Amino acid sequence: MNDVTPSSAERAEKLQGMGCKRKRVEDIRFVQGKGSYVDDLKLPGMLHGDLVRSPYGHARVRKIDAAKAKALPGVVAVLTAADLKPLNLHYMPTLAGDVQAVLAEEKVLYQNQEVAFVIATDRYVAADAAELVEVEYEELPALVDPFKAMAPGAPVLREDIKDKTDGAHGKRKHYNHIFAWQIGEKEATDQAFRKAEVTVKELISYQRVHPCPLETCQCVASFDKIKGELTVWGTFQAPHVIRTVASLISKIPEHKIHVIAPDIGGGFGNKVGAYPGYICAVVASIVTGRPVKWVEDRIENLSATSFARDYHMTTEIAATKDGRVTGLRVHVLADHGAFDACADPSKWPAGFFNIVTGSYDFPVAHVAVDGVYTNKAPGGVAYRCSFRVTEAAYCIERAMDILAQKLGLDPAELRLRNLIRREQFPYQSALGWEYDSGDYHAALKKAMDAVDYRALRAEQKARQEAFKRGETRELMGIGVSFFTEIVGAGPSRNCDILGIAMFDSAEIRIHPTGAVTARMGTKSQGQGHETTYAQIIASELGLPADDITVEEGNTDTAPYGLGTYGSRSTPTAGAATAMAARKIKAKAQMIAADLLEVSEYDLEWDVDRFRVKGNPERFKTMKELAWAAYNRVPKGLEPGLEAVNYYDPPNMTYPFGAYICVLDVDVDTGVCKVRRFYALDDCGTRINPMIIEGQIHGGLTEAFAIAMGQEIRYDEIGNCTNPSFMDYFLPTAVETPKWETDWTTTPSPHHPIGAKGVGESPNVGGVPCFANAVNDAFKFLGSTHIAMPHNHWRTWTVADKLGLHG
Amino acid sequence: MAKVQVTMKVNGAPAEGLVEPRTLLIHFLREQLNLTGAHVGCDTSHCGACTVDLDGRSVKSCTMFAVQADGADILTVEGLAAPGGTLHALQEGFREMHGLQCGFCTPGMLTRGYRLLEENPRPSEDEIRAGIAGNLCRCTGYQNIVKAIQYAAARLAGAPVKEAAE
Amino acid sequence: MIPGAFAYHRPKTVKDAVAMLSELGPDARPLAGGHSLIPMMKLRLSSPAHLVDLRAIGELKGIRAEGAEVVIGAMTTQHDVIADSMLAARLPILRETALVIADPQVRYVGTIGGNVANGDPGNDMPAVMLCLGAVYQVAGRKGERRIAARKFYEGAYMTALEPGEMVTAIRIPVPPSGHGAAYEKLKRKVGDYATAAAAVVLTMSGGRAATCSIGLTNLAETPLWAEEAAKAVVGTTIDAAAVKKAAAAAEAIASPASDNRGPAEYRKKMAGVMVARALARAKTRAG
Ligand SMILES: Cc1cc2nc3c(=O)[nH]c(=O)nc-3n(C[C@H](O)[C@H](O)[C@H](O)COP(=O)(O)OP(=O)(O)OC[C@H]3O[C@@H](n4cnc5c(N)ncnc54)[C@H](O)[C@@H]3O)c2cc1C
Ligand code: FES
Ligand code: FES
Repeated sequence: MNDVTPSSAERAEKLQGMGCKRKRVEDIRFVQGKGSYVDDLKLPGMLHGDLVRSPYGHARVRKIDAAKAKALPGVVAVLTAADLKPLNLHYMPTLAGDVQAVLAEEKVLYQNQEVAFVIATDRYVAADAAELVEVEYEELPALVDPFKAMAPGAPVLREDIKDKTDGAHGKRKHYNHIFAWQIGEKEATDQAFRKAEVTVKELISYQRVHPCPLETCQCVASFDKIKGELTVWGTFQAPHVIRTVASLISKIPEHKIHVIAPDIGGGFGNKVGAYPGYICAVVASIVTGRPVKWVEDRIENLSATSFARDYHMTTEIAATKDGRVTGLRVHVLADHGAFDACADPSKWPAGFFNIVTGSYDFPVAHVAVDGVYTNKAPGGVAYRCSFRVTEAAYCIERAMDILAQKLGLDPAELRLRNLIRREQFPYQSALGWEYDSGDYHAALKKAMDAVDYRALRAEQKARQEAFKRGETRELMGIGVSFFTEIVGAGPSRNCDILGIAMFDSAEIRIHPTGAVTARMGTKSQGQGHETTYAQIIASELGLPADDITVEEGNTDTAPYGLGTYGSRSTPTAGAATAMAARKIKAKAQMIAADLLEVSEYDLEWDVDRFRVKGNPERFKTMKELAWAAYNRVPKGLEPGLEAVNYYDPPNMTYPFGAYICVLDVDVDTGVCKVRRFYALDDCGTRINPMIIEGQIHGGLTEAFAIAMGQEIRYDEIGNCTNPSFMDYFLPTAVETPKWETDWTTTPSPHHPIGAKGVGESPNVGGVPCFANAVNDAFKFLGSTHIAMPHNHWRTWTVADKLGLHG
Repeated sequence: MAKVQVTMKVNGAPAEGLVEPRTLLIHFLREQLNLTGAHVGCDTSHCGACTVDLDGRSVKSCTMFAVQADGADILTVEGLAAPGGTLHALQEGFREMHGLQCGFCTPGMLTRGYRLLEENPRPSEDEIRAGIAGNLCRCTGYQNIVKAIQYAAARLAGAPVKEAAE
Repeated sequence: MIPGAFAYHRPKTVKDAVAMLSELGPDARPLAGGHSLIPMMKLRLSSPAHLVDLRAIGELKGIRAEGAEVVIGAMTTQHDVIADSMLAARLPILRETALVIADPQVRYVGTIGGNVANGDPGNDMPAVMLCLGAVYQVAGRKGERRIAARKFYEGAYMTALEPGEMVTAIRIPVPPSGHGAAYEKLKRKVGDYATAAAAVVLTMSGGRAATCSIGLTNLAETPLWAEEAAKAVVGTTIDAAAVKKAAAAAEAIASPASDNRGPAEYRKKMAGVMVARALARAKTRAG
């Protein structure tokens, strides 16, 4: 090597490949206001749709009179169920095997349910017209409490299926019952409880919340009558799935449907499903022959599109006196709202809730879940988590704290006694998962050292004494959580959506000049895929990331994929990207061998080139090989340099982490102030540490919001009482704590680059950490479990019940 | 309702249009002037995604009628970069410090950050947090937005900038 | 969310504004900063047929001292209130209150006149005005009149303004120098109205409270002037027992609604806590 040839390290750095803090490509347009989001789209002749919604939680629709609305100048049409029924579009299938009303036919089942769709020349006229649609309702008793759903004599919600005895997952127990699902060994678990030295039991409820991205759900549908083709631009986290569903529903052949997800203003699970507004816009475009835009407002978003959680988990742990867990038993009552529009892989009606044994070595466990209908908005999406994993993590992490309290053990100590040990990986969990890799003890100990856990506990003890002496009105709480996420859905043997296996895909084309266009089946909503996928390719192929364009979201050009949610992009499409790159590299190697007139086996890879072993002066760079692929390929080889990979992951990946929170509770107002939050994450190989840290900040902030204030509330007659930013808690920069982040790296052994996925871990681990901290503050006074969210008045009420207000 | 003529200066150039009195400024900017940088994120004037600079004040353009802005001098995110295309220190800071993810809040954050720094060129972290409390972000957790504004403040003051985001 | 249609007017003088308001009748509303009115219009909770924009009326702006009073023009924004050094020195409670109203954008545009005239019990300035004994200067077709803040609020969104009348300025008697004042507001986050809030202005003499006045925000259909609570501390050293009495007196007159900030019972208790904290802070500030 001479002076002018940069060293391998220098060349590697120039590539901006994996592991570097590459600045994001997407930012260039976003910081200049040049992103292209759905509502930015303007098509010639475009009309605007607006929905008329039900003011009632449960009512019979007696009559809809749209005459006044239709008479308003600028109104083009008004659609109701009567118009959709002949097309068989008044109901649409849900991902969970149920159907959902597109426009209400005979009954409305939740407040703000879609009743009519007004189409007008501009959005102002559409809004005026929506007010003019007259609907006569007959109010019915609303069912709001899921615990009363299966009571005898409970109101019948779903008249359309009331005689259906079978649900999507077996027999229904009641007309408001959706499904029952169980997993684990019941008898062995019951046995463990019978023999247990210590047991704890608690109803742990995770309130209904909403993912609430800053951009609401919206679309533009444009039907070309002459070509018989439909184009839909929309806020879709999974554009290909939308295309397939659209084709199945509309009977338009799939190749004549073009689904485009442009820039998306955050998703967090909210934009996985299909909503009535989309169907209405499509039908409206077909009916009017013009493009139709539908943009949801915030109130509609919070009150009518997919909620998350609403899980009521009766949780029991069996253990020995010295704090070894021997069994876990959970019964979940799942409130799915008026239609089962849960976005889970088809075989998993409770998502991956069976990750509920968490990070602990439970010998046996059993989980049973019952889903019920109530007069609330449909949904059940994974709000910044993998399917029902946040619920599971909250459940087990609260329960472990409750057990620690009963045993008089420090919560961190109880965890250390029960964490799965490093040598147990790959670890078979009692509820059927195979955890890929981890070093849990190292992670928890690192976290405890980082915050000086013992000193914190000592400080807490002193503060408690001071509180008892009346010297302070603040209580200090320390929350510990250790979580195992399960992401990257998923292997085709157990994961599908509507029968489509949950693989993901990448297509990479190397152009003659060495520039690259790559397309994936996933869809970024802020995760920075354009930046990180290019880093994977840069490292794999030795071409600079800046020469690589990553495209997603256009079903015409991108290979079929299942989209982005459940932190699946890196584990699936990220893997597909590496695999496709490796195919290209293999071909490039053949070309290099030919050009250098050596055998392929005499070549070795060096950052951006193949060189002859033992003779590094003789090499061909990838850029040269790209040219050669189009210019002069060896005999018998096709020209060109591109590859596609559809990656069916062999297993899920299992990111994990240890979080510690310190907060102070003002017992007189109930205000909790987070003093410190430390988050250690292990997401395997780190592709872009800057982006990982950003994802963790965001996820922790959402976790903070959920734990401390978010809740979609209904009153007893089914009114949603807080569907706006006035009441739905989105913290500002002032309330949001400062985050300390840290990491360990345990690569996934089965993933091509060892990456596990990260975006959602902080939500999974964060929520129980905050909750445990609040609970911990009150624990010494005898409190065992406080329900979320820990907003001011709830926290104050706890203090009040403990007699702290004199 | 009869339309009325409005005239204003937007990003240094004259702009005019016919609007209904009820036309919200955000819709006038986005739909009539095709300045789609500022966004609508809520109905209740809480999110700040629609923030623009108007006569030296940060305003939520969803809570103002275009007629109220008649005669005003408006700066939107599209007008932040220098005419030659050089990014404003704030735009650079947001990219350097990873102050954005989905980018939906970003135009509002940038225009708000602009006014904040005009009024207080070297704000403390707490002042920045209070200063952007009218702008919600769902993605970043604000920490890197704070760093981005600090970066810009340092750059504008000619001071050395801190190392890039972790 | 799209407001209903209306006609827009922009008078240049108070006289013209008042004439328009009277002529156009009850369907006409003054438009100040619009940051209470426009959100209501977007939700179609309010659909005035005419808006009379006050922003071109120069005489409604400005902050000035007039003898023992400070006079603040109705169109003065909360941002202007925060930035004014004379106010900061003579009436620091106004700055403290304005800073806990909404967020920077809202404060740039929202006016003090709109805040006091709106009649929303959630607005923060009215309780401060009750506490300070402010007087609203009002113009109507029949001319000018003055209404004491303590007589102004009649119910939620109901005030002593007659149809066609508008607030032109707020006249505030400046408390003696050396007074102590505080505004304590409990809220869920920046941009939220108060769960409960209390304004306190007091003077101390020989270690004892010589005068005290207390106002409460968002604890009833109107802002409250808590006379009994104030009486409970006058003549005391503002010791724990007196504070407790004052807090109890504030709770006794509070009748908040249950809402997403908490059940009525909690919000009532917070009235007491805010009064206690405001008293403590005002006392330390009195010199
Ligand atoms: C997100 C958000 C949060 C907020 N938080 C708070 C808060 O915490 N505390 C708080 O106090 N306020 C809050 N506000 C309200 C804000 O302070 C308003 O600006 C203020 O209440 C009204 O002032 P305005 O100038 O905007 O009035 P406008 O909205 O223009 O008018 C309000 C009402 O008063 C009438 N009016 C206006 N001026 C006059 C006048 N001179 N004479 C007679 N009638 C008049 C109008 O016709 C209208 O009915 C918030 C607003 C928003 C958008
Ligand atoms: S759109 Fe949310 S404040 Fe303007
Ligand atoms: S970057 Fe997505 S909302 Fe801020």
